[in-house]
Amino acid sequence: MNWEAFWLTVRLAGIVSTLLIAIGIPIAYWLTYSRWRWKFLVEAAVALPIVLPPTVLGFYVLVALGSRSPLGRWWESLTGHTLAFTFEGLVIGSLLYSLPFAVQPFAASFGAVDSNLLRASASLGHSPVQTFRRIVLPLSKAGLVTGFALSFAHTLGEFGVVLMVGGNIPGVTRTISIDIYDQVQTANYSSANQTALLLLVISFVVLSIVYGLNRRPWVVGPWR
Amino acid sequence: MAVKISPALPTAPQTPLQTISSELEVRIRKRFPNPEGTFNLNVHFRALAGFTILFGASGAGKTTLLDCIAGLSDPDEGRIAVGGEDLYDSEKKRSVAAWKRRIGYVHQDLALFPHLTTEENVAYGLRTLTAPERKTRSREILDLFRIDHLRDRRPAQISGGERQRVALARALVTEPRALLLDEPLAALDRPTKSLLVGDLRRWNQHHRVPILFVTHNGEEVFALGDEVIVLDAGRIVAQGQPHEVMRAPRLETIAHLSGFENIFDATVLALHEGRGTMTCRLGKGAVELETPLVRAEVGSRLRVGVRAGDLLLATESPRGLSARNVLPGTIRRLAQRDVIVSAMVDCGGTEFEVHLTLAARDALQLGPGKGVWVVVKTHSCHLMGV
Repeated sequence: MNWEAFWLTVRLAGIVSTLLIAIGIPIAYWLTYSRWRWKFLVEAAVALPIVLPPTVLGFYVLVALGSRSPLGRWWESLTGHTLAFTFEGLVIGSLLYSLPFAVQPFAASFGAVDSNLLRASASLGHSPVQTFRRIVLPLSKAGLVTGFALSFAHTLGEFGVVLMVGGNIPGVTRTISIDIYDQVQTANYSSANQTALLLLVISFVVLSIVYGLNRRPWVVGPWR
Repeated sequence: MAVKISPALPTAPQTPLQTISSELEVRIRKRFPNPEGTFNLNVHFRALAGFTILFGASGAGKTTLLDCIAGLSDPDEGRIAVGGEDLYDSEKKRSVAAWKRRIGYVHQDLALFPHLTTEENVAYGLRTLTAPERKTRSREILDLFRIDHLRDRRPAQISGGERQRVALARALVTEPRALLLDEPLAALDRPTKSLLVGDLRRWNQHHRVPILFVTHNGEEVFALGDEVIVLDAGRIVAQGQPHEVMRAPRLETIAHLSGFENIFDATVLALHEGRGTMTCRLGKGAVELETPLVRAEVGSRLRVGVRAGDLLLATESPRGLSARNVLPGTIRRLAQRDVIVSAMVDCGGTEFEVHLTLAARDALQLGPGKGVWVVVKTHSCHLMGV
């Protein structure tokens, strides 16, 4: 059991899903309320990581982070090293990779808030942003938790993007799924089995929390 | 026309926000697609402080009109002003955002915030005040609407009538410059309704703002209205004091809405100028009615409306009556609604609906097939389409 890889993965998933709350809420807000006619193009772009092979996504991220792209050069001038094959590069790749798993539940729960409540809030002197903060966000708690948990679980198990962007550097970019792959390559099946089982259990627990939360009668928890 | 209220009227002593009596002026057009093609809203009216009833069948454009005034929907053109300040003016390309309009709006389904308590709901619109002020003001209005004991409960934990009061209190506490009420009493029983109406009246004695009150219930028009505006298919078809508009409806839409159960095609047979009446034949049947005289010629066609509650039934041919019309007929059906019995009486091919009490039905032993006389006063006959 490679605990170094395990904690690295948990750290990565934690950072990515937390950042996705900050990034995903404004995107979901825009997707929910914008009346722009080309909005569907943005929706499609956000959903791309769901269907794209992770290697394809990983390849483009690698190119974008490399020293030949503006972003890569800017980062290099700032820090002295490239983003590719670093933990930060991994975070950026994972953000893109897990974006729809946060944005879609967010947008779905924002859109499910009764529009009459928004109208009432406006008539009571609240701007759209104030209304969003005081009405939409509190009523979207379940969607926010769902988006957080799904993007966490999804990042936990990613393989293709990590391999393309991060490579396989122990303690820096070697995540748990890559560790399993390594162990299988070296015919170390019992260790691979342990790690795989752990990932399976964690993923199941996280998804159980998500579906348990979205059970109608349990707004906060089954104990209430 | 009601008297215009001067701004010098006393305001409620406990209110820190200054409210002056205001007049709402609306002149708008709006077209939008609906299932039957294009709907055209085209209205022009003024509403003074006090109750103005917006009356009309569903689909007449009442809610769209309120949405435009509240700023939740934009008209195509026109002007909306309250207390002389423009909220919308297509010529000046001005449209104040809904949340800056200070127009109270209570929607039919109330839209209470489910995650907030009663007190938090009521205090919601007092965003600009400090926390202690918010508390004082919301406690005052909770008291006025007798819902103080509910202040820590969520909307899901209180009754329908209580929710209605919370929604009203939430809109009123912000001291709006005008109040839009979209059938806020629709779901209430009669005693609760009149209590709430009393609360509203008391509140508005201090605040003197125009209250636009949407209903399609004829009774509420009489109970509330200082002024009534009748809306039909997006246009104002009548406006005035309730008794003028509703008691003598010249329009069939109003007649149906205000409870004329009997509406007949009629032909003028004879004019009796000296008596102030005329004789009309109903439909193609043999029934003749003496009705009030209107400007019409012999042979012209019009419509006659009679309220079911204005008709009398007799089981023997009545004599010595002042009523001019006594029509023999046969009861076809009896139906009971609450405490009213509705009898359908066939008089020579014309069917009248007559409303009676339960006691009258039993005392006269009325039932299907029984021969009766329908008594119609001349002035119970309302002529329309003249």
